[in-house]
Amino acid sequence: MSPEATASGTLPAKPFMLRRRWSLRGAFNATMNGVIALTTLLAVIPLFSVLYMVIAKGAAHFRFSMLWQLPPGAGMEGGGFGNALVGTLVIVALAAALSVPLGVTAAVYLTEIGHRGWFSSAVRFATKILSGLPSILAGVFVFATVVATTRKFSLFAGALALAVLMLPIITLATEEALLRVPRALREAAFAMGATTSQAVWQVIVPAARSSILTGISLAVARAAGETAPLIFTALFSDYWIKNLLEPTASMSVLIYNFSGVPYENQLNLAWSASLVLIAVVLVTNIAAQFVSRRR
Amino acid sequence: MASSGSSLPVAAIGLEKLKRVRRDVPWFKGIAASSAASAILLLAAITAVVTFRAWPAYREFGLGFLWSRQWNPITDRYGALPLIFGTLTSSLLALALATPLGLGVAIFLSEDLLPAKVRVVFGFVVELLAAIPSVIYGLWGIATIIPLTTDVGRWLFAHFHTVPLFSTPPVGPGMLPASIVLAIMILPTIAALSRSSLRNVPGAFVEGAYALGATRWEVLLQITLPSAWTGIFGAIILALGRAMGETMALAMLVGNSNRISPSLLAPANTISSLLANSFGEASGVQLSALMYLSFILMAMTLLINFAAQGMLNRPSRWERLRS
Repeated sequence: MSPEATASGTLPAKPFMLRRRWSLRGAFNATMNGVIALTTLLAVIPLFSVLYMVIAKGAAHFRFSMLWQLPPGAGMEGGGFGNALVGTLVIVALAAALSVPLGVTAAVYLTEIGHRGWFSSAVRFATKILSGLPSILAGVFVFATVVATTRKFSLFAGALALAVLMLPIITLATEEALLRVPRALREAAFAMGATTSQAVWQVIVPAARSSILTGISLAVARAAGETAPLIFTALFSDYWIKNLLEPTASMSVLIYNFSGVPYENQLNLAWSASLVLIAVVLVTNIAAQFVSRRR
Repeated sequence: MASSGSSLPVAAIGLEKLKRVRRDVPWFKGIAASSAASAILLLAAITAVVTFRAWPAYREFGLGFLWSRQWNPITDRYGALPLIFGTLTSSLLALALATPLGLGVAIFLSEDLLPAKVRVVFGFVVELLAAIPSVIYGLWGIATIIPLTTDVGRWLFAHFHTVPLFSTPPVGPGMLPASIVLAIMILPTIAALSRSSLRNVPGAFVEGAYALGATRWEVLLQITLPSAWTGIFGAIILALGRAMGETMALAMLVGNSNRISPSLLAPANTISSLLANSFGEASGVQLSALMYLSFILMAMTLLINFAAQGMLNRPSRWERLRS
């Protein structure tokens, strides 16, 4: 592994061959190489264990009818997580509709308009702090403002809580994407007589489109798996959504609710729901990585 | 328009001249600026709302809330000490487990011990750890880590029950399984951020040291790690902030017992998991006490995030030397 360890003495051309074959330094070096190799192996074990468990336990009882049936009551057989799947999709879509325009426009301000002003520094700092905000506090905030005033748990409140979490991720990812757009493109746009908004929406943002979409899909994947902001905003429901102002089921809250129950069927359903959720999240992540690595 | 002229960097002055040709869509800059302001407003609103809602509990319990040990919905007396203790213990324990591992991963993936392509795969796998939803970690922890820690805990209790750390019989959920899962969850943060600060160490430093005949680990311990130290420390602090705010996995694994026990095998509780468990049905004084807890959690995580951002943005030692 290290120069010392691989030195066999048969290749006289390399200068380090002249050293003693065994030394304390070399032994320490080789040991430490082994130690960090071991830590890396140890670190990747949980991922495979999680994947194995979710696939083994989730697939064992999986039925396609789960995708369109309602959750079973305690002790009942059958059922599924159809309403939770729809609920997650609608909540996350609404959260994205709220946070994406705001986040992208904020990033445009940061890179194309304000750039290095004190205001931009303040925005950047606030965004970074927001991105480290515990997700449950987003739930607390929305509970105290929306749920407490409307006196109702609702899909809308859940979407708002997720939007609070998505906003900083989208802003930071878009800013990074816009910063990578070559300056020459901006010069060309302005030389053609474009106004700032024309340059932004017709040249700069389209040039960064794929990285921006990568950032957005990562934010969406993260939001789809979030539970803490939803448990006391969107709450849960055993029925299909009727409107945006009612408690709504989501995949993550279903997994949480069914994880601690003594009923076999509900517990199996939690694993199958995990399988679906993890598949969506990981496929999004892998696709996003693939797109961003390819360029 | 006036705001942009003075604030642009010197290199962009040319662009600014080009931009003056035509009038832009009215309000474009205003709209963009107000979108940008939303982050500041949101942060301010969250701080204000949580503080405002916590006020009744502050009036009721005062600062004594911080060191009162009871949490009793029946008598409506509340204190935060068991929860602060649980939050700090679980996150520090997780940090103690995750730091050596994460740093090891960061070093391993930034050195050329393996071909670059293999390292990319390993790096990607570690990143995926961060993508798994917290609630799935909780479910996985219930199925794998809790049986494991219960077995190990039983043995520890049988042989070492005089040691305070193992002084209670394992009951399943507890501080130990919760901290282990928490460590797995924050490991990618430490690994990714440490790796990027290791990568930023100038090649000339490293090459110079190798040229003097140093071994890989002499270079790492005496050159690379000291140079990257600021960033690594920032990564660790940021991970601490994440750990303190983490909710679902803890709510499912920590046991939700509002008692302080020195034993790692005993169930405990953290601020965030208590919030998750009792926010939905709380009202009156209890709701306000939960808001007070939210305020404490917010203060702790914001403080830690400020510190971490400060560390991560600070020029490291070599950057200061160069300028």
